[in-house]
Order: sequence, then structure tokens, then C-alpha cells
Amino acid sequence: MPWSKMDTQRKELDQFNSRLWLALLLIVLVFSGLVARLVYLQIWQYDHYVTESDDNRQQLQAVAPTRGLIYDTKGQLLAGNRASHNLTLVPERLPGGRKGVDAALADLAQVVSVDADDIKRFKRRMNQPRRPYSPVALKFQLNETEIAQITVNQHRFPGVRIVPELVRYYPLDDGFVHALGYVGRINDRELAKLDATNYSATHHVGKLGLERFYESELHGTVGHQTVETNARGRVLQVLNRLEPVPGRDLTLFLDAQLQQQAAQLLKGKRGAIVAIDPNTGGVLAMASAPSYGANQFVTGISRANYQALRESDDLPLFNRALRGRYPPASTVKPVISLAGIDTGIIARNYSIWDPGFYQLTEGGRLYRDWKEGGHGRVDMHKSIVESVDTYYYTISHIMGNEPMANYLAKFGLGQVTIADQPEATKAVLPTKQWKRINRNASWFPGDSLNMGIGQGFLSATPTQLATMAMVLANKGEWHQIRMIKAIDGEAVNKVSDLGRKDPVQPANVSLNRPSDWNKVHAAMVDVMHGKKGTGRRSGANSSYKMAGKTGTAQVLGIKQDDTYDAAKIAERFRDHGLYIGWAPAKDPVIAIAVIIENGGGGSSAAAPLARKMFDARMLSLDSTPPTGVKDDG
Amino acid sequence: MADFQRLAPEARKHLRQGPGVWVRLKLDPWLLILLLAIMSFGLIVLYSGSGASEAAVQKQLIRYGVALLGMVIITQINLRLVQRWMPLLYVGGVLLLVAVLLFGVGAKGAQRWLSIPGLPRFQPSEIMKLVVPLTIAWYLASRPRPPHLTHVLVSMVLVAMPVLLIAKQPDLGTSLLIGCSGIFVIFFAGLLWRYVVAAMVLGAAALPLLWIGMRPYQQQRVITFLDPESDPLGAGWNIIQSKIAIGSGGVNGKGWLQGTQSHLDFLPETHTDFIVAVLAEEFGLVGVCALLSLYFLVLIRGLMIAGQAAHPFDRMLAASLTLTFFVYVVVNIGMVSGVLPVVGVPLPLVSYGGTSAVTLMASLGLLMSIHARRPQRT
Repeated sequence: MPWSKMDTQRKELDQFNSRLWLALLLIVLVFSGLVARLVYLQIWQYDHYVTESDDNRQQLQAVAPTRGLIYDTKGQLLAGNRASHNLTLVPERLPGGRKGVDAALADLAQVVSVDADDIKRFKRRMNQPRRPYSPVALKFQLNETEIAQITVNQHRFPGVRIVPELVRYYPLDDGFVHALGYVGRINDRELAKLDATNYSATHHVGKLGLERFYESELHGTVGHQTVETNARGRVLQVLNRLEPVPGRDLTLFLDAQLQQQAAQLLKGKRGAIVAIDPNTGGVLAMASAPSYGANQFVTGISRANYQALRESDDLPLFNRALRGRYPPASTVKPVISLAGIDTGIIARNYSIWDPGFYQLTEGGRLYRDWKEGGHGRVDMHKSIVESVDTYYYTISHIMGNEPMANYLAKFGLGQVTIADQPEATKAVLPTKQWKRINRNASWFPGDSLNMGIGQGFLSATPTQLATMAMVLANKGEWHQIRMIKAIDGEAVNKVSDLGRKDPVQPANVSLNRPSDWNKVHAAMVDVMHGKKGTGRRSGANSSYKMAGKTGTAQVLGIKQDDTYDAAKIAERFRDHGLYIGWAPAKDPVIAIAVIIENGGGGSSAAAPLARKMFDARMLSLDSTPPTGVKDDG
Repeated sequence: MADFQRLAPEARKHLRQGPGVWVRLKLDPWLLILLLAIMSFGLIVLYSGSGASEAAVQKQLIRYGVALLGMVIITQINLRLVQRWMPLLYVGGVLLLVAVLLFGVGAKGAQRWLSIPGLPRFQPSEIMKLVVPLTIAWYLASRPRPPHLTHVLVSMVLVAMPVLLIAKQPDLGTSLLIGCSGIFVIFFAGLLWRYVVAAMVLGAAALPLLWIGMRPYQQQRVITFLDPESDPLGAGWNIIQSKIAIGSGGVNGKGWLQGTQSHLDFLPETHTDFIVAVLAEEFGLVGVCALLSLYFLVLIRGLMIAGQAAHPFDRMLAASLTLTFFVYVVVNIGMVSGVLPVVGVPLPLVSYGGTSAVTLMASLGLLMSIHARRPQRT
């Protein structure tokens, strides 16, 4: 080994060893520091910490923020908060501590009625991870007598307290739940997901609808206070307090008057009404029937009541406005027509002779029109006004699936268009690929025929149909469909203003020849006001013009040679009545979709309700100064 | 007494005659006794910290058995062979970390586990606790020492990659430990002091920039670290309660199973990261100092092994592993006693949990392996 190498090795080893000594020095110093810290805590500050640990008289309590309020477009309260008195136990303070729970519950039962359900839930809550000395709720919403009974006997129950709490309250309740959603008690699953600190004093969380979607805005930020308590847990004084930040207030486009009108119109029926302001995309009314009261869910619905709701054949819990998938039937005809003429596949003056049926091949299956004997010579205008099926069988056979699917998508079908209702579904806009994947079959000409009259695989939710009505009314102009109008008085134009994801919104529909909009509008006005319009009875005697399209969706396939007799078929197999439209025909202020399940025809079951909604909207607009609601600019 | 005197030279002769059982097993009796002592002490505290749960103690015993077995196996490995496979091990480890970010599973918002069919679930970051110091030692052992700037920079990149990947999971505690283990190797490779000073100055200068670059919620977290009382319901709660537990333990403690803070559930994580608070509450200053002494002896032994090793690879590795063990102890006790921010680092060989015990024992196994192959003094 050369000397130089030996030398560097020697040097390296020396250096390494000196660094080891340095490390040892560091270890000794840091360990001494740790010991010093422990000496400081355990000897120097011993007295201080012993008192803190011993008497727990000073307690830190979380203070729940007040949940944000929800107002309608005119400032009427839709969701507020009210006091609820809850019976709570602090297990650590019971005689006998946590082991004395059963004895304490038995004692309590002599004063106030507590059922087995309450006890089961109480024990589950008690065994969840929680801060010691924090009260565990046993019973909610005590009434005056119960409060009095417990207060009088308070001395007998150490560790038992009545704790007031603000809980959600829906003053208008019935008929609003499908638009607002509701809050309910936080369950185990939600507990695991929520921010433990911010929800440490909160017992409710948005479960459904807007309450769920805007949970982070509505909830607010928790505060805390240090309180001095006596040995029995009674608060003697508040030492310091950081106020919670209340949740933010939402203002909706929803018009309580219109919403109540819609709920009233649907009373005793199964169906849905969705109304949108075409100028903003804001939802004016969203009703689904039958409905149910939301307030019972806030404090905990009884098992029996919930069972009844769940098992009802009328599915009151089901939000038809957002999740009901209906064949849109003839309401899609204006869009199908537009698809035909805008793509150039169908000439603008194209007409057919309608014998009352259509056949793909001679002698083949008969595709019937709703009118026996047919409508004679039919062009596009007449086909919309009189809702001529044969015309649409013909043009949809010529077009095939693709143009129809493309244009229906431009108007919002097959996608979730509403931005802030998490339960909304996208229903089905069938394409060739869709059928291959979902039905494992290729697209047949017969499928196009069904699609052309809004039947077959095609389905849409009432919210989607109202969206389609809005885009038609606006001559192709889109707005984000949403419930929220403002937060803390600040306008919200898109939910992305609040850091949420906007739904993918189709581009504004621009036609090759914009005058085609007028053709469709003229036809839809004649539906309501023309001599043979299918909705003429609902359009009569009005001070303003309206536009619309009726639809009648078959629930049961009718055999070839049977004549259709609604009265004979059980009520559940009767047709669904549908309607889309807007008013006034020019400068619309409301676009609407109405669906009545098993209501019979669209012109008799759905259109009259839409007319009432139009009238209500006009009246409502007249009764408020136009600022803030609609700006004609 | 007389008997002893007569027998003693015999015993020494026996040692001289041939390799004893320890040598043949390649185990270091000192280290082994120390860690058995720590583990036993730990189990006593764990019984209390887990709420007098025999099941927890049994489970932990089984883990210790597995970990000890793993240690004995690791000790048998010749590090010269390991050296050859280092690049492959490193690349494999980094790929596993990427896989964790892509398909990992986990709880509470952190994605740390990898679940490969046919294998038990494991945390690739734990493997990296060994792979990173091994890799850096491998890289620098075959290069001139003190290392050139380029080699230092390459080593830094090799350390930074796994550290960032683990920080993203997010697992700040583990990434901190791994970062330290790599930097220690570079330091013991003889990194010039001017680089050490330059790095410190740069680091200090970067702090304000880092602060500006942080999002508000991250800044909030740092503020909570510095002043736990500002968030008494969240992260601050743990620290406030653990300080009460430690302080109220006093010199002699409240007695085994008598800790009010831990047994009334005021104290969080009593059997994992915050177990030392239970120890301090029930056994007082005396108890904590006893444990610290045991740790101190382990560290002394580790440094001795590093000092006696001949091969540069062995030296750097031994010193790095020892100091990383030291960081474990300091970060954990510092956090629980409220002088360091809350970072999830377990108390070595005491906290409940299997993964960290296995890697810790494996690193001690590496130390023993280095010791067994030291040049014999004549």
C-alpha cells in the first residue's frame, strides 16, 4: 500500500472518529435538554399540572356554530333554527361513574319516559370516541312537562342535564323537502368522514339535497369556551370564550309562493313540477309528490313513521323531480324536428300523408298514431301542433339514432344539468354504443322510431325536461341550472364561485338558420293557442301568449289490434301526462316541465297545471318590484 | 468468593479458545440485553396505556417475537453481499412508493399501505427506512471521501426522492426519519464543514420563502405547532393533555395503572405515539429517566460499533442507524412534552404497533451484523 493512501485512510478514520465524538456530544446535550424539560414539567410546574389534572373544574367546551339560514328569492325563510331542549348525561359524573349508567337510566325513567330505542342509541353514542366529561344525549326535543319534571328533581340526578340546542326547522315544511333536502343527526359513518374538530359540538349534518350540497357553507366554524364547573358539572362561570362563526345564509331562486302552488297542484297525485327562470337558470319551483315533512327527520323520525314512508307504494321519499326517469314522449318532438331541419336531413317544407300508422316494411308491424284515421297532410308545423306521431316515425327513420341523440344532448338530456342537487340523475339518452353495452344488441330501425316519439330507451327527469324547455325558450341560450341565487347577499352565478365543480354544460345551441327557432316557437305557441293545438284548452282565456308541448307516455305496450281503453286498465297502467313550455311566449319569465304519473294524456293532466303555474308566476312578478328577480335591462 | 476466583481464569480461557455462542449467532449481547430491557419496560407501560388490555400486550409480544426473529435473520446477512444489490433494492423501493401513491390504501386521509394479493399488507415507507441509509452508504463508500460536491448532490437527490414521495402520502414523521438517516450518512462520509455550514445557512434563508409559499391552512398548522393553545380543540388538545399528564406525574409518578389522565381518556393515543406521557404520569421523572438511560446506553453501544467497524460502508451505516434511533427518541419525547411539533413518530420499542418494531429491530440487526464482522483486535 502506498504511503499516501495509508495517510488519507488514517486521516479519514480520524475525521470519522471525531465526528462520532461530536455525535456523542450532541446526544448528551439533547438528552440533557429533554431531562431539563421533564424536570421543568414534573418538578417546577408540578403543582400547576396537578391541579389541572386533579380537579378538572376547568373544562374546555366546544360551542356549535349556528347553521346558516335558507331564504327564498323574496327573502322568506325556508330553513331556520329553533331551540330544542335535550336530556343529556355526563357518564363520568354519574354516581358510580360510567358503570352507574344503568342505575341512573332506571332512576330517570321514573320521571320522564325513555324508550328502549333511546337507550340503545344513547349507549352507542356513549361508547363512541368522545371527550371525557362531555354530555351524551339521551332524548331530544323535551316538552314543557318533561323539562319541568327533570328540573324539579335535578338534585336527585347528578350528571344529568338539560341542554338547549339550536336545531334546524323548516317553517313551510310539507312540499319543500324535495327542493331543500334536510339535516339529520350525524351517524357513525358520517362521523368518520367529518372534520372532528369543526364538528365537535355539532350534532346535525345535511343529509340530502341542498342541505347536503352546501354543508360546508351552512355549517360555520366551531368556537370554544373554558368554563368553571362544580363537582356536579354545573357551569359556574365562563372563563374565556371564542365565538363560533355562524354558517353562511343562502338565498335561493326558489319562490315559496310558486313552490306552494306547485305542491298544491300535485296534491293527491304522483308527479313532479320543475320551473326555471329562463333569464338566469335559477329554479323557481321544484316539487315532487307525494311529499313528506322534513322536520321529523331533524330530531329523529320514529321507526314506525319511517317504515310507513319507506314502504308506501307511492314512494314519497323518492325525489321524482331529480331522479324520476320518465319517457319524455311527445315533449321531445320540437327538438327532433330541429335536428331534422338543422342537419339538413329533412327539408324545411317536408310533409307526409298520414294514414294513422307507419310501417317500416309493407305488411310489417304497425306503428300507430294516437289518432285513428290519421291527420292527413302533415308538415313540421302541424306535426308539433297536433303532435303527429306518424310524421316523427317517418323523419326519425330517415335520420337514425345519431342526429337525434346529438340534438337532445345539446338541450341537456342524458346528463346532469343541475349544479347543486347532488341526487340528480342523468337518465338515459340512448346511442348505438349505449345499446351495445347495456342491451348487448345493435340499434334497430324500430328503436329510432320509438326514440323519435320520446319512447323506448329514451328517458329524462323532470329537471332535464325543464332545462330543455328553458333552452328552447331562450333560442339556444344556456344558463347554469341551480337553486342558489346568493350567499350572504352575494350573487352566485355558478357553483364554481363557491369552489364547487360546475356540471358539464352544453354550449349555447346555435342553428345554421336562426329563423328556425321562430318556426318551432310559432308551432309551440299554436299548441297552446291554435285551433287544433293539443294544449289549447289550457291556453285559452289568457292575457299573455304562452308556448308549450304536451306529451303522453305509454306505460304499457299496447298490442297491435287492441283498442286502447284507459278506463279498463288499472290506474297504475294509465299513461303518464307530460308538459313542457314557457310563458310569455316572447321574453319568457318561466320555463316548466310537468309530469303526472298515470294521469292520462298530457293535455288533460299536465298542461292545466302548467297554466296555473304560469299564472302564478305572472302574479308573483307583478307583486314584487322587478329588481333582483329579473332584469330586462 | 474463593470459588469464583478459581473459576474465573478458566472462563476467560474458554472465551479465548473459540468463538462463543454470541459470536456464532453473530449477536451482540449488550445490545440484545438493552433492547429486551426496553421492550419489557415498554410492555408494562403498554398494559396500562392500552387500558389494562391483556390482548394488546399479547399481540405486542407476538410482534416482538417476529421482530426478534427478523433481527436474528438480518444479522446473518453479509453486508458485502447486500452492497451489491443496493441499486436494485433502491429502485424497487422507490417504485413501491410510487405504487402506494397510485393504488395505496389507508385511513384518515393518508395513503400508506400497499395491498398486494398473496402478501400481507405492508408499508413500503418502512422498508425505505433501511434502504435509504444503505443506498447512500453504498454510493459514498465507493467514492473518494470527503465526498465531492457532485457526489453530495447526487446523494441528496437519492434521499429527496423517497422523502418527497412519503411526505406526499402524507406521512411527515417517516419522511423526516428517512431524510435524517440519509443526511447522517453524508455527514459521516466526511462532508466538509463548509458544506455543512452552507447548508445550514441556506436552510435558514429558505424558511421565510417556505412560509410565504405555504397555503393558509398549512400556515395555520405551523402556528398550532408553535402555540398549541391557539387550537385547544384540535391538535392543541393532545399536547395540552399530555403536558398535564407528564407534569402531574411529578418525581415518583402516580403509580402503575393509577394515571388519571390516561385512564379517564383525557389523553389521546395512549398506547401509540403518546405512550411516554403514560409512563411519565405513572412512573414520574424517575421512570422517564430510567427509560432515557436505557436509550442512552443503546446509542453509546451503536456509536462504539461504528467506531470499531473497518469498512467505510459499515462505519457510515452504523453511525447513521444509531443517530436515526436517537432522532426517533427525541422527536417522540419532544413532541409529547410539547417542545417539538406534533409529528407521528413512535417511541422506539415501546409504542404499540408492529411495522415500526420490525424495522427498528432490523436496523439493530444490521448494527449487530456490522459488529460481528469487525476486525478482531489482537
